[in-house]
Amino acid sequence: MAEASYPEDLLYHPEHDWARVNGEEAVFGVTWYAQDALGEVVFFDPPELGAAVKKDEAYAEVESVKAVSDVFAPLSGEIIEVNDALADGPEKINEDPYGEGWMVRVRLTDPEEADTLLDVEAYKGLLT
Amino acid sequence: MLAAIGVGSLDELFADIPESLRLDRPIDLPDGLSEQEVFDELSRLAARNRHAEDEITFVGGGMYDHYVPAVVDTLVSRSEFLTPYTPYQPEVSQGGLQVMFEFQTAISELTGLPVSNASVYEGPSACAAAAYMAKLETRRSRIVTSRGLHPHSRAAIRTHAAGYGMDVVETPLNGGGATDLDALAAAIDDDTAAVFVQQPNFLGTVEELGDLLATGKDRGALAVCAADPLPLGILKPPGELGADICVGEGQTLGNRLDFGGPSFGFFAAAERFIRRMPGRIAGETRDLDGRRGFVLTLQTREQHIRREKATHNICTAQALNALAGVVYLSWLGKRGLVEMAELMLRRTHYAREALGLPLINPGPVVREFAVRVPDLDDFMRRARAEGINPGYRLARDYPEYEDGLLVAITERRTKDHIDRLAALSARAREQVAA
Amino acid sequence: MSRDTVTIFERSREGRRAFTAPRDDVPQVPVKELLPASAIRERPAELPEVSEPELVRHYTTLSSKNFHLDEGFYPLGSCTMKHNPKLHERVAALPGHAKLHPLQEPEYAQGALCLMFRLQQALSEIAGLPHVSLQPSAGSHGELTGLLLTRAYHEERGERRTKVLTPDTAHGTNPATVTMAGYEAVKVGTADDGGVDLEDLRAKASEDVACLMLTNPNTLGLFDRNIEEIAHIVHDAGATLYYDGANLNAVMGITRPGDMGFDIVHFNLHKTFTQPHGGGGPGAGPIACSDRIEPFLPVPQVVERSGANGSRDPFFDLDFDRPKSIGKLRGFQGNFGVFVRTYAYIRSLGGDGLADVSAVAVLNANYLKARLAEDGIGEHLPIAFDRTCMHEFVLSGRGAKEKLGVRTLDIAKRMLDHRVHPPTVYFPLLVDEALMIEPTETETKERLDHFADVVREILEEAAEDPEVARTAPHTTPVRRLDEAGAAKRPAVRWRPYDENPGDPERAREAPASGSGAM
Repeated sequence: MAEASYPEDLLYHPEHDWARVNGEEAVFGVTWYAQDALGEVVFFDPPELGAAVKKDEAYAEVESVKAVSDVFAPLSGEIIEVNDALADGPEKINEDPYGEGWMVRVRLTDPEEADTLLDVEAYKGLLT
Repeated sequence: MLAAIGVGSLDELFADIPESLRLDRPIDLPDGLSEQEVFDELSRLAARNRHAEDEITFVGGGMYDHYVPAVVDTLVSRSEFLTPYTPYQPEVSQGGLQVMFEFQTAISELTGLPVSNASVYEGPSACAAAAYMAKLETRRSRIVTSRGLHPHSRAAIRTHAAGYGMDVVETPLNGGGATDLDALAAAIDDDTAAVFVQQPNFLGTVEELGDLLATGKDRGALAVCAADPLPLGILKPPGELGADICVGEGQTLGNRLDFGGPSFGFFAAAERFIRRMPGRIAGETRDLDGRRGFVLTLQTREQHIRREKATHNICTAQALNALAGVVYLSWLGKRGLVEMAELMLRRTHYAREALGLPLINPGPVVREFAVRVPDLDDFMRRARAEGINPGYRLARDYPEYEDGLLVAITERRTKDHIDRLAALSARAREQVAA
Repeated sequence: MSRDTVTIFERSREGRRAFTAPRDDVPQVPVKELLPASAIRERPAELPEVSEPELVRHYTTLSSKNFHLDEGFYPLGSCTMKHNPKLHERVAALPGHAKLHPLQEPEYAQGALCLMFRLQQALSEIAGLPHVSLQPSAGSHGELTGLLLTRAYHEERGERRTKVLTPDTAHGTNPATVTMAGYEAVKVGTADDGGVDLEDLRAKASEDVACLMLTNPNTLGLFDRNIEEIAHIVHDAGATLYYDGANLNAVMGITRPGDMGFDIVHFNLHKTFTQPHGGGGPGAGPIACSDRIEPFLPVPQVVERSGANGSRDPFFDLDFDRPKSIGKLRGFQGNFGVFVRTYAYIRSLGGDGLADVSAVAVLNANYLKARLAEDGIGEHLPIAFDRTCMHEFVLSGRGAKEKLGVRTLDIAKRMLDHRVHPPTVYFPLLVDEALMIEPTETETKERLDHFADVVREILEEAAEDPEVARTAPHTTPVRRLDEAGAAKRPAVRWRPYDENPGDPERAREAPASGSGAM
């Protein structure tokens, strides 16, 4: 994705991850900033279905040719779906980080945690 | 130059080194010598070694007296292969990278496994590397190994396992010098990360590899086979018999004996382990003009990127020795490898029959076999007196074979050599009969 | 565009051969009578079928695509790409060395064992530590040996320690080794002067720490002036101090790691001691250690015994009787062929020669550093730490990135067009757009001046037209390669069905079977 973009309807984590909350569930991914810093993504190492994720802890890894980055969970929960399309198409993380580049869907264990996340303006403020 | 730097003396460049640490005397080593004098000294030292052309040697035990063809010497002595660094700038390293790719292909063909790396140090530490991969993959803490594995491989696994935090359990050979299948299976539990067997085993026994490699599958243990690459010319490859990982010693592929090194180790595995592989891997790709080329790939596994989470700490490996290996395999070729392996098989069989001594491993053998020799000291002495080194004494590594001798056959051991060894063993045969 | 390369497999034609089997006059028993059917290979391995002339041409042509040390300047930081003396290949090829079986009885291998013993003595003197094992196969292997020795040492004292400290400038092998040795890697910070942050070290040097791994000078090329205090802190905590010998070329004859307080040292014989790099090995990583670590050294040790059978000549032997040894790291005794070359090097130079090596290595590095600090270069590639360097130094390409729009990567690629090898890039991680430069002592002043001229020219060109560097190299056998494609769809062996080799899409259609044949 050529131009920096940060959708308004998402919540953001300081480690450059986003969450799209939908009731008791949420979808996670990494932000435009993260994919830009990493360069062309060549591999996404996903967590297992059913695994527990904890807010602020790494739950997966994403790789470029020359670097590895942890992916951090913005919220706590249980993995109920993993984006399998990333296995053959890791570049989706670069091309469409908020859409086809989504990483996991989670059943939230503590939805209140969302209050601690940043809105788009606060997150953009961190980047400057 | 000092002026350009802006100092008055060389000594100023070492100002950061505290006086208390400065060596206050010259390095205590003899003065340097001319090239000619160094050559003379190294020649004198070489002359004090009895090497494979000084005697007819039947000593094996992991490294073997094979004929290294002249093409290998010609190619590995080229500066373009000998002097560059690891190919971190692929645009000026296409020769080295393509050699790695071809080597990986050759090893994949030999082992029957799709993924090979570009070399590890040598055979025994390759086993230790396989144990580490099994630990990372399964997160279990037990290694089961047959006593048929080379003693140095078992020792290297144990030494490294102390760091991995793993236990190593060894299972015995049976009365026929082959791995005891039941004992192996009984030792495997739910905490077993990998099971190690060797083909042929240290005594030269051709193991029932399929059965052995299957033992750990139900428990989720990885099946690792340490293999001798030349006999793989006629032996079914471990990859077709259920091996998850195949490692081994590459010295016999175009490398010199060199008193034990440098040689190379090979490491091949099933496709699903590609991102767990240790060491360098060359991959094929295209450049921005569409030209075919090669690069080091999946580098995020390695220490320079993944650091404490790397699949292994290896950096410098054995690239030049692997070049010798792929040149040698290309020299032998598809048919030549089969011919070489068949020749070794027939001569091993012939030697075993000709010696006529009690067999430690009477079943099928290739390249090596073990016999019991009454009054082994006497036999060794008489052989040496005739310029023959009859084999490797097993007692040090296998005390249970106290009078055991491991006899190795290569294509350099002719029928005539073997007949001479057989003549020497006549006295030993008489002693057995008596 | 030049024709694409082909692999040796694609040159294969059925029936061609280079090898002729020797006459076989033993009874020609069929294979199926000597092996059980279940063990016999059904299909031969798909190795190439080529003649000797084709074999030689193939690999000779490949070799011509490699830039190599015998052709030009190779200033890779911490790799010590110094000239490989040509005598060494000659002595290593002497049959007494090259054709000696590792299991030859010691009494018939006295030349080899004597050489190893004397080499041990020389390395001991250089390191300033009394005991040496030549066994480890490379620097990383030596590092692992050092930590396994540390583990054995503490276990014998009944101490259980779980952490090993490494500076954040450490080479990647250090933390990787820490994990393999069963410890947790903890980073120690770097102070403003480029040395270890003593406050951070004091805070972290607890009784749970087994070891601190350092190299001195460090990967910034800087000698840590506080090394004695560092040793003090580490030893007070009961930990061992490990020396990564990658940078030993800077200090021979000037100071010794043993005197600095290190307990265990590894040597990179393929760096300081001229073993040719071979495009990625072989090397060797022997270690030296102090008295308290000695009991745990690997087996066998090469020892000198008083003359056997009443002889006055010393007898060199392999000592396996070492009850506290950590065991074996590998087969046999180590990379003996490498020891032959190293020994020849040390005998050629002598003590004074080795001291000259380090003196000139440091002189050359400082001179080149001064040349690269001149106007026209220095503002684009500022020095990361402005201190006298030792044998290497680190520049930052951030000036070029900001002012010219070219990154360290682009400058490095453009150097290839000038037929010099780039320095190490993007390491140490501490420095943004790092260039780590180690000229070594075997380069002449003219070579160093030429390199400075090349750098100047590249920067001037970038000021005019940055695209040239950004799309460099232009004159090499291949141009920039698609490394992302190679990582996404790894094609790591040739496949016989592949009509479009190098096309990542084709590689994905691989059949499931391992051998690749249809």
